[in-house]
Amino acid sequence: MSTEVAEVEVKKSEPLFSKRNKKLISNPLDIDNPITVQVLGICSALAVTTQMKPALVMTLALSVVTISSNVLISAMRNAIPSRIRIIVQLAVVSLSVILVDQVLKAYVYEVSKQLSVFVGLIITNCIVMGRLEAFAMGNKPWPSFLDGLGNGLGYGLILMVVAFFREFLGSGAIFGFKVFEAIGLHYQGNGLMLLPAGACVVVGVVIWVQRSLNGYREH
Amino acid sequence: MENLINIGVRSIFIDNMIFAYFLGMCSFLAVSKKVSTAFGLGVAVIFVLGVTVPINWIIQNYILTEGALAWIGPEFQNVDLTFLQFIIFICVIAAMVQLTEMVIEKFSPALYGTLGIFLPLIAVNCAILGGSLFMVGRPYTLAEASVYGFSSGIGWLLAIVALAGVREKMKYSNVPGPLKGLGITFILVGLMSLGFLSFLGFSL
Repeated sequence: MSTEVAEVEVKKSEPLFSKRNKKLISNPLDIDNPITVQVLGICSALAVTTQMKPALVMTLALSVVTISSNVLISAMRNAIPSRIRIIVQLAVVSLSVILVDQVLKAYVYEVSKQLSVFVGLIITNCIVMGRLEAFAMGNKPWPSFLDGLGNGLGYGLILMVVAFFREFLGSGAIFGFKVFEAIGLHYQGNGLMLLPAGACVVVGVVIWVQRSLNGYREH
Repeated sequence: MENLINIGVRSIFIDNMIFAYFLGMCSFLAVSKKVSTAFGLGVAVIFVLGVTVPINWIIQNYILTEGALAWIGPEFQNVDLTFLQFIIFICVIAAMVQLTEMVIEKFSPALYGTLGIFLPLIAVNCAILGGSLFMVGRPYTLAEASVYGFSSGIGWLLAIVALAGVREKMKYSNVPGPLKGLGITFILVGLMSLGFLSFLGFSL
């Protein structure tokens, strides 16, 4: 019931980009980041980041799924019985994942092959389910849209940083462009960065740097 | 038989769900603070993986793939339902988890007490869906798929119990503030994954 009370307060003709709505986008980028603070959606963040191109495609795919399922669930939120809400959410999420998967197969087949099962695994990506549970079930479609967008961007930010270091140190390239060869140097790739172990260490260090900057501490 | 043992050993040590594919990382990081709870979740994962992978194998091979519906009649020869794969797999998993929860609650309240809270979590554990999706990509028979599901679960249990053991000891060490908690855990997982690399190329 408390959620409905909150809605009534918001209804007082809020501007489209009010301060509160802007926060929905900026918070997930830093102090409420889905990966480094909420610890959601780690699996794909580690697995698809050996190169920057698949990481970018994965970010787009996840953002589209989060936004569309957030909006859909938010529009249906008063009609969903709470006992079966998990399966309803799963059905909506898998619908949008199927659409994204078919589009990827049609237009960027190479990358879709590279991402293999991880496109399908967006269904069980905790960011999507987490945002549906925590936000879309209690808010109107427009804030839910912004929340989905913000979390998609926050996820993408970490993914791109990790992928940049892994591709740059691992094979001396950025988006497949060999930087060191271009300026006439030889670079012996660091194989550790391409291994799963390298991904974990890079994410650990990214978390370390981010938390020393924004002062977030765990106890 | 030899083949089955080989698949079992491979999926426990070499193709470990956590250290080679990072599947099920969310619950892996969230529930690995204590060995006892980690063990409970691990057992639940073994059970659900061991049941859903064979069921999804049957669905995949008798309903979803192109020409799989030929057993109904020749007019279904060209039906290809592969695009329904995700939604059907996830429904099977969610239904199985719900069923398991009810069965355990009815027959063993003690086990339900320890396992119960983890079961709903498992429906959205990517290791489970990942197991089924990897199974589709590899040419397994039904027996091989069952062994694969079951031993992937064992590999997951092994990983989470090992990490929980290390994290219990971590409490006594002096970690820099910003690195505390999640950060140091990631670096630990990286080091453990390096250790598991030594199994590479190991086969029976």
